[in-house]
Amino acid sequence: MKQLLILSGKGGTGKTTIAGAFIKLSDARAYADCDVDAPNLHLIMSQTSSPDKADYFALPKAEIDPQLCIECDQCRVSCRFNAIRSGEVYKVDIFACEKAYKVDIFACEGCGVCEEVCPAGAVSFRPAVAGEMMLYSDAGSVFSTARLNMGSGTSGMLVTEVKKRMKAAMNDADLAIIDGSPGIGCPVIASLSGADMVLVVAEPSISGISDMERIIRTADTFQVEMAVCVNKFDISLVNTERIEEFCRNRQIPFVGRIPFDPEAVKAINSGKTIVEVDCASGRAAREVYDRTMLLLTSEPLKTG
Amino acid sequence: MRIAVLSGKGGTGKTLVSVNLAAAAGRSLYIDCDVEEPNGHLFFGPVNVSEEIISIKIPVVDDNLCSGCRKCVDFCRFNALAYVKDRLLVFEQICHSCGGCVLLCPEVALSEKEKVIGRIRQGESDNVIVRTGILNTGEASGIPIIKKLLGGKEEEPEGITFIDCPPGSACIVMESIKDADYCILVAEPTLFGAHNLRMVHELVTLFQKPFGVVLNKCLEGPDPSEQFCEEKGIRILTRIPFDQELGEWNSNAQIPVRVSSKYRVLFTSLLKTVVKEAQHEAALDS
Repeated sequence: MKQLLILSGKGGTGKTTIAGAFIKLSDARAYADCDVDAPNLHLIMSQTSSPDKADYFALPKAEIDPQLCIECDQCRVSCRFNAIRSGEVYKVDIFACEKAYKVDIFACEGCGVCEEVCPAGAVSFRPAVAGEMMLYSDAGSVFSTARLNMGSGTSGMLVTEVKKRMKAAMNDADLAIIDGSPGIGCPVIASLSGADMVLVVAEPSISGISDMERIIRTADTFQVEMAVCVNKFDISLVNTERIEEFCRNRQIPFVGRIPFDPEAVKAINSGKTIVEVDCASGRAAREVYDRTMLLLTSEPLKTG
Repeated sequence: MRIAVLSGKGGTGKTLVSVNLAAAAGRSLYIDCDVEEPNGHLFFGPVNVSEEIISIKIPVVDDNLCSGCRKCVDFCRFNALAYVKDRLLVFEQICHSCGGCVLLCPEVALSEKEKVIGRIRQGESDNVIVRTGILNTGEASGIPIIKKLLGGKEEEPEGITFIDCPPGSACIVMESIKDADYCILVAEPTLFGAHNLRMVHELVTLFQKPFGVVLNKCLEGPDPSEQFCEEKGIRILTRIPFDQELGEWNSNAQIPVRVSSKYRVLFTSLLKTVVKEAQHEAALDS
């Protein structure tokens, strides 16, 4: 299975719009939305069946039993994440509590240090559901997606799970298209593992160029092949040319320009991809798709 | 007063709103918490910039002392340690710096070293102090940088602090809004925008933050984000029109408040609304 991952660094450049178009054009049998803290791909991929759902468990978080706690302060002093508050300094808000040691579950990373240092055995760890994974199987294709519960954190692990579920359900597909998340941090790094190629969707602005350079450096660190396209190129021709020049200098294939197109917004708002309606952005996306696929299929398969 | 600007979806205009509010506020502090892709400094072009290196603690092993008991390997919930071929290996990228392994090593074979993960830059642009966190590429978590960016509330100058948040709604956003007095949610008029607005709305509700919505890139026709606000009875603070000129300034990293009287009026009036709302909420709270 060849995995094409769509990334951008900057948010809102059109990852999901392009991913949706590519899925339609390739008739992909496997695809996934790895932007687990703002998933949107399902909004333009009509699903006829109901999904196979599974709970996602993140690392269990600490809990302090007030009956056993001897208020020795060891846990609070040892916690690197400032996740333990004692009654005295505790401000009464959403973590409202009386005078007792309490874990701030939003700050707790589940490392287990507090349990280790507690002389009274007052700390325990209880697994908690941190999100939900959905796997749609429809007319010979699978779509894996998920959503993280609010306040849960750890999106990198969920990204790995979403990809695992996709692969397990459709391991014999030649191509998988994966919609990534913005940024360069843990969810992006988790999505990069196993990717054969990254398509970077850049935006022709000073911010967009800075962000593109950072995502390219990140993908480089993990030695993944790349191609770049520019979305909404007509916002700034000067900046579009700067991006193309950057690609030439870095010898990164440039696979095309897509114009700003009000029809694209209309297509999305009616739950369609831009290649399902006749519009300028859809036509340009087709060309970007053809060039990307040529690169992806001509590239030698990675072993292992 | 700390005002956080967030959105769920990327590219809706968080930086546009926070940069322009700070520019309209006169004396203010702008903090860019989007440490993975910081952009505010590109607009402000701050001068007199000072830099602080941010590092985290990573375990190092003394092979001569390690007995191979694997207590640390069993303890590490993040699987950042492995004992392979009679040697303890540390995977720095996935270490969360909890310090547990060092704490429990019976041979005292583990100690900690500083590992640089990024930096904080601070400078001035007219009356605005511009503080930016920058995560090094290849690093997984910017949370230690955000903690440092937002720590030391007492050192903040008089006036308002604007926090430009990362996209999404995960841990990194939670860290950014934790101490905010008021949240501005920026939404765009698409199905995607409305869906992600719903998610950050859940987040600010969970954290019990007072908030209002700024609708950006407003066009003629139906706006799913606006519909969501109406449905939930959410206060719409202002509407920023879809405007080619605004798009051009934005793509060239110019600050509309500083170049256009029209947008100076818009953001000054938004600022007044936000401050009034935040003070009103603070009064209710006390």
